Amino acid sequence: MNGFFDIPSDLDNTYFGLIGLHLREALLPVLAGLLAALPVAQLCVRFRWLYPPVLGVTTVFYAVPSLAVFVVLIDYTGQTELTVMIPLAVYSLVVLVPAIVDGVRSVPEETLAASTAMGFGPVRRYLQVQLPIAVPAILAGLRVAVSASISLVSVGALIGNQGALGNLLADAQKYGRPELAVNSVLTTAVLAVLCDALLVLIRNLLTPWMPRGKGGRPKQFAARRELPEPEEASAR
Amino acid sequence: MDSVTKRYPDGTVAVDHLSLEIPDRAITVLVGPSGCGKTTTLRMINRMVEPTEGTILLDGDDLGRQPVTTLRRSMGYVIQNAGLFQHRTILDNIATVPRMIGWGKQKSRERAAELMERVGLDASLGKRYPYQLSGGQQQRVGVARALAADPPVLLMDEPFSAVDPVVRKGLQDELLRIQDELGKTIVFVTHDIDEAIKLGTMVAVMRTGGRLAQFAPPAELLSDPADEFVEDFLGADRGIRRLSFFPSAGLELTRGPVVRADAAGAPPAAAGAPYLLVTDADDRPLGWARPEDLTAGSVDAARLLSHGRPFVPGTDSLRAALDCAVLSPAGWAVAVNDGGRVTGVVSQQTIAEAIRAAHDRTAAQETPGAGSADVTKVAP
Repeated sequence: MNGFFDIPSDLDNTYFGLIGLHLREALLPVLAGLLAALPVAQLCVRFRWLYPPVLGVTTVFYAVPSLAVFVVLIDYTGQTELTVMIPLAVYSLVVLVPAIVDGVRSVPEETLAASTAMGFGPVRRYLQVQLPIAVPAILAGLRVAVSASISLVSVGALIGNQGALGNLLADAQKYGRPELAVNSVLTTAVLAVLCDALLVLIRNLLTPWMPRGKGGRPKQFAARRELPEPEEASAR
Repeated sequence: MDSVTKRYPDGTVAVDHLSLEIPDRAITVLVGPSGCGKTTTLRMINRMVEPTEGTILLDGDDLGRQPVTTLRRSMGYVIQNAGLFQHRTILDNIATVPRMIGWGKQKSRERAAELMERVGLDASLGKRYPYQLSGGQQQRVGVARALAADPPVLLMDEPFSAVDPVVRKGLQDELLRIQDELGKTIVFVTHDIDEAIKLGTMVAVMRTGGRLAQFAPPAELLSDPADEFVEDFLGADRGIRRLSFFPSAGLELTRGPVVRADAAGAPPAAAGAPYLLVTDADDRPLGWARPEDLTAGSVDAARLLSHGRPFVPGTDSLRAALDCAVLSPAGWAVAVNDGGRVTGVVSQQTIAEAIRAAHDRTAAQETPGAGSADVTKVAP
């Protein structure tokens, strides 16, 4: 495996430089997608009829090949990172919008009624009750979106070496150095796994209120009977 | 509530010209079959549902004129399944309204801790999350949360229907105890007529279509249902249940057939009694025995017959006394004092006479001079 980390000079970057670039190109679009998905999802919750068309439109966007999008965008944004990131942000919507909608809808009816009865206005109720309770579902969506985005960045190699680690795949062919392809694939996979683990950690920090163990989402009301009585629970 | 109506756009009438005067500092129960508009009525009080017609006044002020969030924060609300915020600790759940009306963190927390004690929750639960509590404990948190900002009015929407009967009884007793201490104006919705009779100072029976069938204290409801619907809703044994409102204090007790296990033979006073009540040396009841089975100085515990659940004269009602008499093979009820010591026994006949006397007294009170007219009214 000689030259495994020997990055060809045409990329004008170091190994770690490529990793940083890759993360930026993968994560910024998901962040932008999240910021766009939150209001869109809230509209879908508020106006139920809006949800099916929104879902349809995001799915159609997802079906458009990124190469086709690049061709269109290149006239406006050129051979830049932005050209790679715009389609990635749009793709993330197909996962994030349903995740947030389902999460917000999963808030039990009683909880909503109780918060209204206690004098929560709609904004306060959204920020302090619905959104926090939707966090596990949102994080589940983010995990899918981030993994997908990290693998999709490589396509950027097709437009002027904007694929970060994906550029190594192109160079492996160009210079006949298969070890570069192995490097690219392994590093991308490790990045995806690490980011996923980080998201799980963030979720656990944000949701100390969720039942742990036995895996899966909390079955809020059904699971109650099986829970240990507090006396037993305190022994843990 | 003055002629309040809720009509939905599709024409369904949930509540139909309902007028109610809800007494201050007492529990008013709205009871009725599902779909009778009782929850809608409750929700019109804190304006989660706006009435189509009519006005609701609180101490003379029209509720419709107040800012809705201020109004809601001044009324505690308890809901089925508690509706706790699963993402907040128990203390933070209880402190919700105090924090919202600007009490400051420290003061709200202290108040929450105080309320946990009041509703019978261990302080160590404060840092837990709702999923770590049992259904009954969650419901206690729900009550504590509603009481947090010390609202004068408490609205309770079937708060105890989702817990098992034993826990429910505990929660009901606890509510009555808390009400004794705090004296809130409580409006309580349930579909369980027994719960209504147990908790209500006044009970409003509602029928399908959102109309009021009867509004009366529970004893009157049982003795004098307004119509067939109310009578059906009360169930078959309303006569027996009515006995809960008759005190057992006046029952004449006899110590004749009571004998201590260590005493010799049957006491002379019990001559002819078919059964004797055997007590231990501390006068606690052991069971009934036939006189011929008793030999001086020793009692075979296995041969004693159960004495049922003894009643405490003055504390328990005639219903408890009658229950005890019916359960006992001798047909006699065992009376004990607060300490569980036998104070005497009383026969079914004596209890029956007391019931008749109580009936006569209430009939005379309700319709002075016309008591007998009630008695002759026969249900179709």
